[in-house]
Amino acid sequence: MAEDSALSVESANLAPVQKPAWRRALDAWAVRVGGVVLIVFTLIALTAPWLGTVDPTLFDAASRDLLPGKAGEITTLEGEQLKHTFLMGSDSLGRDIYSRVIYGARVSLIVGLSCAILSLSIGIVLGLSSGYLRWLDGPLMRVMDGMMAIPGILLAIALVSAWKASVLTVIVAIAIPEIPRVTRLVRSLVLTIREEPYVEAALSLGTPTITLMFRHILPNTVAPLIVQGTYICASAILVEAILSFLGVGLPSDVPTWGNIMAEGRAQFQQFPHNVFFPGIFLALTVLAVNMLGDGLRDTLDPKMSKKV
Amino acid sequence: MLSFLLKRIAATLPVLAVVAVFVFMLLRLTPGDPAAIMAGDAASTEQIAQIRASLGLERSIPAQFGIWVSNLLQGDLGESFYYKSKVTTLIAQRLEPTMMLALVTIIVAVCVAVPLGTLAAWRIGGWLDRALMGFSVLGFSIPIFVLGYILIYLLAMKANLLPVQGYIKLGDPSGSTLKHLILPAMTLSCIYIALIARVTRATVSEVLTEDYIRTARAKGLPERVVLMRHALKNAAVPIITVIGIGVALLIGGVVVTESVYGIPGLGRLTVDAVLARDFPTIQGVIMFFSFIYVVVNLLVDLSYVLFDPRIRY
Repeated sequence: MAEDSALSVESANLAPVQKPAWRRALDAWAVRVGGVVLIVFTLIALTAPWLGTVDPTLFDAASRDLLPGKAGEITTLEGEQLKHTFLMGSDSLGRDIYSRVIYGARVSLIVGLSCAILSLSIGIVLGLSSGYLRWLDGPLMRVMDGMMAIPGILLAIALVSAWKASVLTVIVAIAIPEIPRVTRLVRSLVLTIREEPYVEAALSLGTPTITLMFRHILPNTVAPLIVQGTYICASAILVEAILSFLGVGLPSDVPTWGNIMAEGRAQFQQFPHNVFFPGIFLALTVLAVNMLGDGLRDTLDPKMSKKV
Repeated sequence: MLSFLLKRIAATLPVLAVVAVFVFMLLRLTPGDPAAIMAGDAASTEQIAQIRASLGLERSIPAQFGIWVSNLLQGDLGESFYYKSKVTTLIAQRLEPTMMLALVTIIVAVCVAVPLGTLAAWRIGGWLDRALMGFSVLGFSIPIFVLGYILIYLLAMKANLLPVQGYIKLGDPSGSTLKHLILPAMTLSCIYIALIARVTRATVSEVLTEDYIRTARAKGLPERVVLMRHALKNAAVPIITVIGIGVALLIGGVVVTESVYGIPGLGRLTVDAVLARDFPTIQGVIMFFSFIYVVVNLLVDLSYVLFDPRIRY
């Protein structure tokens, strides 16, 4: 009797009731910090017009090259002169850098999120097909190998140079180089999962391939894919800024963090803040996304976290 | 060994073929007449007609691809109408600064990342480990150009230790090549260090749980020997692999770094070519960089023999 109860206590200790995955994720400090920072940035992007900004494309010749915190004037499209405090100074055209930085959050977040969604969706379809349709596997993987041999930023630069740069083309150009990695990840997950007993069971019950793919296999790839998605998001935000910074991304009148820095670099020695303010916002955003990714990886996907 | 070598080299051919198809398609995906796009804005009608003929644009797409590949196999990357020079000549002229920058960066990164990663794995969870992991997240997050400007601001403008930008060719008496490369290499190596240190830490910490490490310690070997000869050597293959894969990051980073520091290398050439819509040069540079990347990773594969005697070809 006594032995029996001791055993049950011990087994209770060995297998504590595990919290659901999303609860464990929310308990991780990296997820919390990254998540809160991202929520703040999203709110900033959404409420940009009410945060004391002016239209980020407005300029005023009288307010050129102001230092941060200086008051000046800005001319609206109607030709009206408004008093305005330039919290982060103004650029060489007399545009308000604070307004441009705040509005720039919109572009970065949209590009990051869209690239992640786009490359994940295409990668999932290709990876599932490759893992399930054996005749497609060889040729498709060779194409992916070839794509991975072209350094990502270079491929993105080449693609935007071939198309006219707009938010859509930039998103597509940044997403394409990410597709092979997603495809490979999904494929390797499929190859492991399809050997699981429950898949064999479903198969022996005569489940059609399509149902098998989307009902039984795909849900088990969700955790690693969310993690991969956050990393793609972080790298997409970086690459968009790099494209803009090099002058090959979105047109220079669109306020993006990369564009603001590209305009500020000519005067970097006199006005370093023109480069540093957008740079800090960019680095903080990417850092938050990466922390979120690391936190999610450690909690949702412990197998992957051991590898690196 | 020889048959493996041939097999491994043969395996890179389909990869390079796919790259060639992609680069070829790039121009054909662009709306408009490829000849007019290649010629740029300043070309005359005769010039465009001449380009049409040389690219075989009247013929079918597969035939055009054939012409392009046969030129490629002869080492002909075409002619830049913007620079009025062969693309191969352009690449050769810009190669030195980029190679020097890449070389210094790789050396710096490996010398910093491998010891740090090993020490972090040795005392996993310790202060160095946590600091290194924090730094590596930061290294992945700070954009190269932001880091570049921070370093210029602190070390070149405020402390006045190093030149702000520019490049001095090797053997040029007007200044030191290395001195001009320190800042760019520091900038570029940051993300590379983060990557290599992470993998070193992960692999070495796994090796340290092996039985032979316990045996080595039990027979009284000093920790230094255990770490260097037993742990690090057995962790070498994944570390070398990630150094090879990281070359892709490095190539992307070169484009940005050269732009920040005004270094007249291949990265700068790429950006200038894109801005001028100089397609032959864009195609040539992408082909060249991808080729280098594939060759580096081929060498990495072959180097496994040196580090792991269990691997025999």
